[in-house]
Amino acid sequence: MKRLGLSGNYAVAYAVKMADVDVIAAYPITPQTTIVEKLSEFVANGELEAEYINVESEHSAMSACVGASLTGARVFTATSSQGLAYMHEVLFMASGLRTPIVMANVNRALSAPLNIWNDHSDAMAERDAGWIQLWVTSAQEAFDATLEAFKIAEDVLLPVMVNLDGYIVSHTYEPVVLPDEGLVRGFVPSRPLQNRVSPKFAYSIGVVGPPEAYYEMKYQVVDAIEKSREKIRDVDKEFGERFGREYKFVNEYMMEDAEYALVTMGALTGTAKVVASGLRKEGEKVGVLSIRCFRPFPKEEIVALLGDLKGVGVVDRAVTPGGPSNPLFAEVATTLYERGSRPLLQSFVAGLGGRDVPADDFKSMFGLVKDVVREGKSRPCIYVGLRE
Amino acid sequence: MSRLKGWKEIPIGGTIVEPGSSVEFDVSSWRTFRPVFDKKKCTKCGMCWIFCPEGAIKINDDGTYDVNLSYCKGCGICQKACAVKAITMVKEG
Repeated sequence: MKRLGLSGNYAVAYAVKMADVDVIAAYPITPQTTIVEKLSEFVANGELEAEYINVESEHSAMSACVGASLTGARVFTATSSQGLAYMHEVLFMASGLRTPIVMANVNRALSAPLNIWNDHSDAMAERDAGWIQLWVTSAQEAFDATLEAFKIAEDVLLPVMVNLDGYIVSHTYEPVVLPDEGLVRGFVPSRPLQNRVSPKFAYSIGVVGPPEAYYEMKYQVVDAIEKSREKIRDVDKEFGERFGREYKFVNEYMMEDAEYALVTMGALTGTAKVVASGLRKEGEKVGVLSIRCFRPFPKEEIVALLGDLKGVGVVDRAVTPGGPSNPLFAEVATTLYERGSRPLLQSFVAGLGGRDVPADDFKSMFGLVKDVVREGKSRPCIYVGLRE
Repeated sequence: MSRLKGWKEIPIGGTIVEPGSSVEFDVSSWRTFRPVFDKKKCTKCGMCWIFCPEGAIKINDDGTYDVNLSYCKGCGICQKACAVKAITMVKEG
């Protein structure tokens, strides 16, 4: 075991190295670049024996990953924002062809206006691509989730996207515990995968799925991601037993007897927790629930942990222009809709394009949730910190 | 035509694990018109066989031509290619 000072991006690179990947295909983009920069160093100096493919675009990066994965290779790539958007069509091929690719997506706002700072619009635009999505809040979590991602992906034959907030997680240096190489290899051993291309088998891959077949093939992806819940739970459990840090679909903070809560995703969670802790000292029964696994969405956990609360605020770091609500709110509301009684839900948008969301904003969000419960009616989405 | 496979039976990722399985793919239902061959007019030139984009034309033992309706999509190219008008496109019932 080693303890190193690493940025979130370097933590990801170390996890990829320790998982002993075979192929890396990537194109640089801010704020992801230092992940693949570090990996290219590892490959160049012989610390990692892998094929490092320099491609001309993210579309090609993901295409190369799909091809490599179909031969049974362990594959990694990383991207952000415009790069993820440029991969868009290939993301659906990666899930449809059942390639267990692991990708770090360092969350960054989508243009226009051009912006290299953090929000979640890139990943939210790809939520229907059939990828498992994990979300982290620190460099250690980034390391751990990346390791887990390889195991989950290969267990269910679906690609996994590990999301870390641009700059806030990606470029902040934190102490990261690196487990022993042997323990990691035991956790993610290399293994043969089903239906891969090989000189031994005359397989056709990437075939046409006419109306008689497409529906069934698509449903296989739906079924696989539904069933991945169980596998993800197993992987989380094994990770905990092996490395001493256990993860769940959601992170709960002071939720046991909470009456009001904010639902967050990614690095905003840290500030929300600090504010909740302060409010607790003032006697307010508040808690924070952060989503670690966005796909598959933690339906059971949301119902169990939020169902009986008085009021819940959902903080989206992305918008759905023209929609009835924003992405995370929509998921939480839909999940709770099936339940007869549910808390009052208030939608918030905050932190777009890297706008800071200070503690005072969280304090006012907690206050607003309490207000709407008192008023007995939610307000239209509140855009926190927006200048008029 | 064999029964179509359900989602539990299809190999994952839509992978085709048996080579040459496209011969099992029946396209009869795509067709609106079907070519009918007049053996008496046929000069055995083979133009229909050459032009058929689907390889659906078969050669009879006597050297005349006919169609394999499992693979014929009814495009009518064979009819246009036939110099002696031995092929008629007939609407499917």
